[in-house]
Amino acid sequence: MASDDAAQIRTPGEIVAERLAVVAQRHFPGSSGVANVTRLTAGATQEIWRFELLRADGDQSLILRRTPGGAIVERTETSTSIGLETEAEVLRLVYAAGAPAPEVRHVLTPEDGLGQGFIMTFVAGETLGGRIVRDPRFAEVRPKLARQCGEILARIHAIPTEHAPPLKHAGAVELIAQLQGAYQATEWPRPVFDLAFRWLGERMPPPARPRLVHGDFRNGNLIFDETGVVAVLDWELAHIGDPMADLGWICTNCWRFGAVDKPVGGFGQREDLWEGYEAAGGDPVNRAHALFWELFGSLRWGVMCAGMIPTFRAGESVERGVIARRASENEIDLMRLLDGKGAA
Amino acid sequence: MQDEPRPDEILTRVATFLKGPASRESGPHISFQLRVAANAVEICQRQLTLAPQAEAEELERLRALLSIDGDLPTLNRELAVRIRAGALTLESPGLSEHLWATTLAKLAVDQPTYSGYRAALAERTGT
Repeated sequence: MASDDAAQIRTPGEIVAERLAVVAQRHFPGSSGVANVTRLTAGATQEIWRFELLRADGDQSLILRRTPGGAIVERTETSTSIGLETEAEVLRLVYAAGAPAPEVRHVLTPEDGLGQGFIMTFVAGETLGGRIVRDPRFAEVRPKLARQCGEILARIHAIPTEHAPPLKHAGAVELIAQLQGAYQATEWPRPVFDLAFRWLGERMPPPARPRLVHGDFRNGNLIFDETGVVAVLDWELAHIGDPMADLGWICTNCWRFGAVDKPVGGFGQREDLWEGYEAAGGDPVNRAHALFWELFGSLRWGVMCAGMIPTFRAGESVERGVIARRASENEIDLMRLLDGKGAA
Repeated sequence: MQDEPRPDEILTRVATFLKGPASRESGPHISFQLRVAANAVEICQRQLTLAPQAEAEELERLRALLSIDGDLPTLNRELAVRIRAGALTLESPGLSEHLWATTLAKLAVDQPTYSGYRAALAERTGT
């Protein structure tokens, strides 16, 4: 029952629909079942399904986020992501704090037969980064987005960490050591990466007051509509650490979707992000530290791309190989930053 | 030095995909993978055309910079070690030029439409 493998003849969609109907009956009082169960992504890390919860007083659109194939995943000490149960706890905390996030409605139990994961409200809007950057639909709101992102991050970083579920503590020192280890494991020399590690090592910010950090706050993990950011998604890399890491990551060139002149997600300027952050109660932004984390972001994504090679060789997809060959994009971004160009 | 995976690995994988899933199935998921496969073939095509000369030039630069001989992986490893140790920095004669030339050559193969590459080309011809 734990995995879809148990039942072969039916399609995964039929199995998920059938089990969701039971979940609806058990955990959603007043509902008469589910409809339109549709898989939204073919994401390699998590499965996303959308469905309608049928209710006499009006149907509700919900999202199921679960492990691929409903597998049970053992967490290890070296896991970088926090696991879906913990992610659900973090989401609940963030939602309660008033930051834009979907509301968690149910955390899956073994009896649900759907694997690990949770059910949350569906938030309507756009997540595709390229559309946020280019679609005329967002032309009017686009200039306000960077400031909004700053305000949202300030709200997230203000959440008292003592109420957070057990999360890893990782500041600059730990994150760089982790990245250095991942780079060494690729066993492939990239002198530009070594130069970047050296640059970062010489500019380590002092230990920050530990905050709840999203860990993957960027264009692509945010839902937008014509009013701005309506939800922050994908909390699986949440940790306790330096809040500036979130402000740097959303400025990394790989998340600008081609709009290099708009550092914040391809839609805004750093100054607007920082102003919004400070105005909403965030700690004053040290420009040098912000640049440190932006450069760290390029190095991080570069090492992550390079780390796809073993996955490519072990698997069947072409895509992983192509992603691995995108590591060099970050080398050019790093060269521009190290030359003082990308940060101008 | 062009990164891995190598063209032979990529092309083998593309052929397996074309003979397998792409010939049996259809739909948005397959359309997406077909575009990825086309990109992958183009990377290989550019590598076959551009890399031989770029890598010969890179080897010459590395020999001059490091004053030792060896193949590209060996010299790149040595360069990485010296940078990590702080023995070579962006202020060292020739290092910045070498890293720029090498990185631009990699991008010309991997992703010539990448925004950061286009910006770097514009900055370098503009200044």
